[in-house]
Amino acid sequence: MIPPETKREERVGMSTAGGRSEQTGISPDVTARSAHDVAGRGVRVQDLNAYYGSFHSIKGIDIDFPPNRVTALIGPSGSGKSTVIRCINRMHEEIPGARAEGSVMLDELDVYGRGVDITSVRRLIGMVFQKPNPFPTMSVFDNVAAGLRLTGARRDDLRERVHSALRAVGLWDEVKDRLNGPGVGLSGGQQQRLCIARTVAVEPEVILMDEPCSALDPVATLKIEELIDELKERYTIAIVTHNMQQAARVADTTAFMLDGELIEHAPTNDVFTNPRDERTERYVTGKFG
Amino acid sequence: MEASATGVRGGRSALERSPLSRLPDQVMQWGLSALAALILILLAYFFIRLIGQSGNVFSKYGLSFVFGNDWDVSRNIYHGAALVVGTLITSAIALIIGVPVAVATALFINELCPRRLRGPFALLVDLLAAVPSVVYGLWGVFVLCPKLLPAEKWFAKTFSFIPFVGGGTPTLYNYFIAGLILAIMILPIVSAIAREVISTVPAEHKEAALALGATRWEMIRIAVLPYSRSGITGGAMLGLGRALGETIAVVLVIGNAPVIGSHLFSQGYTLAAVIANEFGEATGIHTSALFAAGLVLFVLTLIVNIIARGFVARGTRGARGTGGTGIGLAASGGEI
Repeated sequence: MIPPETKREERVGMSTAGGRSEQTGISPDVTARSAHDVAGRGVRVQDLNAYYGSFHSIKGIDIDFPPNRVTALIGPSGSGKSTVIRCINRMHEEIPGARAEGSVMLDELDVYGRGVDITSVRRLIGMVFQKPNPFPTMSVFDNVAAGLRLTGARRDDLRERVHSALRAVGLWDEVKDRLNGPGVGLSGGQQQRLCIARTVAVEPEVILMDEPCSALDPVATLKIEELIDELKERYTIAIVTHNMQQAARVADTTAFMLDGELIEHAPTNDVFTNPRDERTERYVTGKFG
Repeated sequence: MEASATGVRGGRSALERSPLSRLPDQVMQWGLSALAALILILLAYFFIRLIGQSGNVFSKYGLSFVFGNDWDVSRNIYHGAALVVGTLITSAIALIIGVPVAVATALFINELCPRRLRGPFALLVDLLAAVPSVVYGLWGVFVLCPKLLPAEKWFAKTFSFIPFVGGGTPTLYNYFIAGLILAIMILPIVSAIAREVISTVPAEHKEAALALGATRWEMIRIAVLPYSRSGITGGAMLGLGRALGETIAVVLVIGNAPVIGSHLFSQGYTLAAVIANEFGEATGIHTSALFAAGLVLFVLTLIVNIIARGFVARGTRGARGTGGTGIGLAASGGEI
């Protein structure tokens, strides 16, 4: 079995399309990580502009997602929160007519750099969606294994990683007897944790969450929030949420967005109790949006 | 507010509409029911008629009409196994060649093709259905048969170790050519259904696969194909229904020899082809035998269509997101 850390280096190597790490800006100290280093890496977004056709959705945003922190993006519907995080793992461009410009750096890796393999980027930057979306034709096991199989994991190695991913999201005890049952047979909250397990299984550096609790009941929501708190020990997390209490509960820093612009990004406590910008204050106090 | 709530308009309450105003509804209900019933009656009539006309043959031969292998008009002996086998072989070839191409076409049009070209491409594939089958048959006779014969000979020789496929001497008209023509003919319907089913795969599943770092092909394999499998199977079955019954194109290229060919490139006959060819001169028990051939074909197609309906229904249920587990159980027995 290949230790996860080795795999990780390989993946970064792959993303530079051969030995061109100089050009794509991956310095050796980024790729050579010690075996004990399980921390996530930070993301730095600079001058990001995103478009849907001719609609200018994100208007030149700079935002940092510090490593091993939870960063929440809040703001009214249509303010571009989801678009920002979908630009980080380059999912934005999957929408017909959509494009993005600017720089997204995962430590030293230029996500939009020339020669960077888009699939490697997405393995390094996982994503959890608004609606739990386990693959409907797959069992619980196969759902978690889906991403791992793409990386070539097989048999014992695969089984081990699936089990540890399920443990990591606290789903193991609930599903260990029904690993071969359909993934969509689980409850909504379990399905969402299954999706998180699927993301965690490929051991990304960053996990993007796009309103992960908006389809869940309060109890399931609470479990996901506790999980997020645990996951940040190993991963850098960006979470889009409509729920300001949720941002207050889980996020270390909170960013407020409005009409495709970043209004304010500060420690969560400051944003909610002592916002610098008047618009932030009006939003967090419920005066608009 | 009060007025509109009780529906008073023009001095008369909406609750007191004239009985005549309900007439169109009643006409429509009874009219459409009658039309629908007519279709059922027609189907039943065909069935009964076929049974009645073929009674002679079945009382004489029994099931050996289907399983016996000796169709000889000059001796007035009618055992139709060669026809049944010919029908099944050509249809199977049509599926084996046609379905992968149809699914690939559908995947290309839905997932890979630039947006602007989607419509034109889909239209082109659909247009294959507009070509009359006799044209396909003639094209087969004058182009495909002579052009492919050398290739068939080479193939039969090179792969002589594969039973049925190789070993024999290819004839100009044969099962393979008939199957190939049928493959082209079923392509539009299978492809159209596959396209339809594939377009119902929710974006969220495709995004889930992509977000895991799947390539486009891996996304198709993980998210698209498993989801649309039963729908595509149903489409293939509908294509099979078409292939089983196709007549004129097959008559032209199959060789019309009422024997069970020993290999892929030998002459044969099909149920539909024999009816078309021999009905004009048939009398007495010969006519009955042809009706019986029709009955066998009818039952065969009916069964295939019923199975196809089942698959398509299961596929669309999956598309609504509730019945996904049904297909899922079958697919989940994979590698652990």
